[in-house]
Amino acid sequence: MKIAVCVKQVPDTWAEKTLRPEDSTLDREAPDGVLNELDEYAVEEALQIAEAHGGEVTVVSMGPARAAETVRKALSMGADAGIHVQDDALHGSDAIATSAVLAAALEGKGFDLIIFGSESTDARMSVIPAMVAERLGIAQLTFAQRVSVSGSDVTIERVTDYGFDTITASMPAVVSVVEKINEPRYPSFKGIMAAKKKPVETLGVSELGLDVAAVGQAAAWSAVEDFAARPPKPAGTIVADEGEGGARIASYLTEQKFI
Amino acid sequence: MAPVLVLAEHDAANGAVKKVTLELLTLARRLGEPVAVWFGAGSGDALELLGQYGASTVYVADGSGVTDHPVVPMVDVLAALVADVSPAAVLVPSSADGKEVAGRLAVRTGSGVITDAVDIDASGVATQSVFGGSTVVHSKVTSGTPIYTVRSNSVAPEAAPTTCTAQPVSVEVSDVAKKATVTDRTVASKGGRPELTEAAVVVSGGRGVGGPEGFSVIEKLADSLGAAVGASRAATDAGWYPHQYQVGQTGKTVSPQLYIANGISGAIQHRAGMQTSKVVVVVNKDAEAPIFELADFGVVGDLFEVVPQLTDEIEKRAN
Ligand SMILES: Cc1cc2nc3c(=O)[nH]c(=O)nc-3n(C[C@H](O)[C@H](O)[C@H](O)COP(=O)(O)OP(=O)(O)OC[C@H]3O[C@@H](n4cnc5c(N)ncnc54)[C@H](O)[C@@H]3O)c2cc1C
Repeated sequence: MKIAVCVKQVPDTWAEKTLRPEDSTLDREAPDGVLNELDEYAVEEALQIAEAHGGEVTVVSMGPARAAETVRKALSMGADAGIHVQDDALHGSDAIATSAVLAAALEGKGFDLIIFGSESTDARMSVIPAMVAERLGIAQLTFAQRVSVSGSDVTIERVTDYGFDTITASMPAVVSVVEKINEPRYPSFKGIMAAKKKPVETLGVSELGLDVAAVGQAAAWSAVEDFAARPPKPAGTIVADEGEGGARIASYLTEQKFI
Repeated sequence: MAPVLVLAEHDAANGAVKKVTLELLTLARRLGEPVAVWFGAGSGDALELLGQYGASTVYVADGSGVTDHPVVPMVDVLAALVADVSPAAVLVPSSADGKEVAGRLAVRTGSGVITDAVDIDASGVATQSVFGGSTVVHSKVTSGTPIYTVRSNSVAPEAAPTTCTAQPVSVEVSDVAKKATVTDRTVASKGGRPELTEAAVVVSGGRGVGGPEGFSVIEKLADSLGAAVGASRAATDAGWYPHQYQVGQTGKTVSPQLYIANGISGAIQHRAGMQTSKVVVVVNKDAEAPIFELADFGVVGDLFEVVPQLTDEIEKRAN
């Protein structure tokens, strides 16, 4: 089986995230870049499926030069090869362009499964897997809390507000996973050493057959007009419980008309 | 006035219109004439309510497999409507389904998409609250038919009564939609509490709750207020409370009128899911816990003392 896992480098969730005043894009230089947490679950799921059914796992990432570290991280967990789409023209790309780039990088390579984390912790849009499925014209099986492969079929449990839906498709398919699906492994020392020798192909936009003018900030189909830090909240009333803490909250809630 | 398509989200089990649908109709009126789009059965019972919030028409896409396949049949129908009625905008809820519908519809119709809007003005400029609520962004779609996903509880629904008529639309489920099939739906019991992302009041518990039994204290408070129950990741990871109730960066984003955080320290990833709550009340025994920075009212104390007393007081005052 051929499995692709799409991963993204994001600012560490502990870090303060800011937009750059000059072009309203995320300042990706400042905070530490890490492998998007939900993508670790995607890598783990891909490795487990490959281990159970045989196959090869390719990591695919679009991002600036330093995103190569993120590709290596996934390789050190056990993936076999990497594709890193890197091009200055991509700076400021919206989800539409990002999905076009990923689809172009994935298309025609014979992947049976293309696995994503269900969202990135920076943009939090949760739309890329669906957009890539739309572009590739293959089945979309997203928000999976369980994935099982049997013959040429893949079945998932899609998390819903009321529980979950069981959904089946023939491969190829796009899958996205939620964090309760598995427990991602830590890279072993051996894995880290082996990752250094694994092949990573670095591609630019035109090598994917895409027009440079169709990606990046200028080509985005939505634009930021302005942004500002949320004004700090005025300090609230904090009291120590001296046996009447619950009653004091009740009085506050009555004042605020919640009771 | 150009129509504005609103995806009418409703309860999969009983067909009840979700509050977010009424919020979307309220926002849609700023941009044009709101028109609802209903998928599946049960639209008949909803006509009156949709009309009360200003929808003159509801397009009904029922039968022939709309609900047998995930997400894509909705995109098929909406894309056909976009071509037919040239709407000024398309509004969908920021649910998992809603965002995926929006994303695919954007690709298919060559339109820009803005997700997680908390407000939209008459010129189509959307307000988003990003990075866990620390930054407020205004943005606009610059290509195609603007598509927005809107967070629950962003605006108060305002009535604008009109008569709503149902108009069936023919459904041609695309081949790509048929590639994935829903074979079963599993409904977890939700114990009669409101849905987390829709609730006006959310009562949450964290590691301070101490274990699964401790959540009964949280649930009792929630029930006294008719609230939903939420949990921090420390509590869901420990298996004390089901994962679907996790609030935060990798859980649900909530924006209720009132959020009560009990035994939660206020890590940046937790705040990311609740920072836009209108009023925040905190109970924590550590006066230094960062969650107090967000509190409108906070009590430094043991939640096992404070919360039951609060529940009693609320019940007393309600009687
Ligand atoms: C990528 C990433 C994503 C994450 N996503 C999320 C997410 O979606 N949601 C989320 O919540 N977290 C998330 N986290 C985890 C987050 O960093 C914190 O670890 C978590 O929120 C802590 O939960 P807590 O506040 O319940 O526990 P703690 O931080 O341990 O806090 C417990 C609090 O309870 C108080 N307490 C203890 N006993 C009592 C008592 N008897 N009475 C009153 N107070 C008491 C303590 O003073 C303390 O402040 C994420 C982390 C990462 C790295």
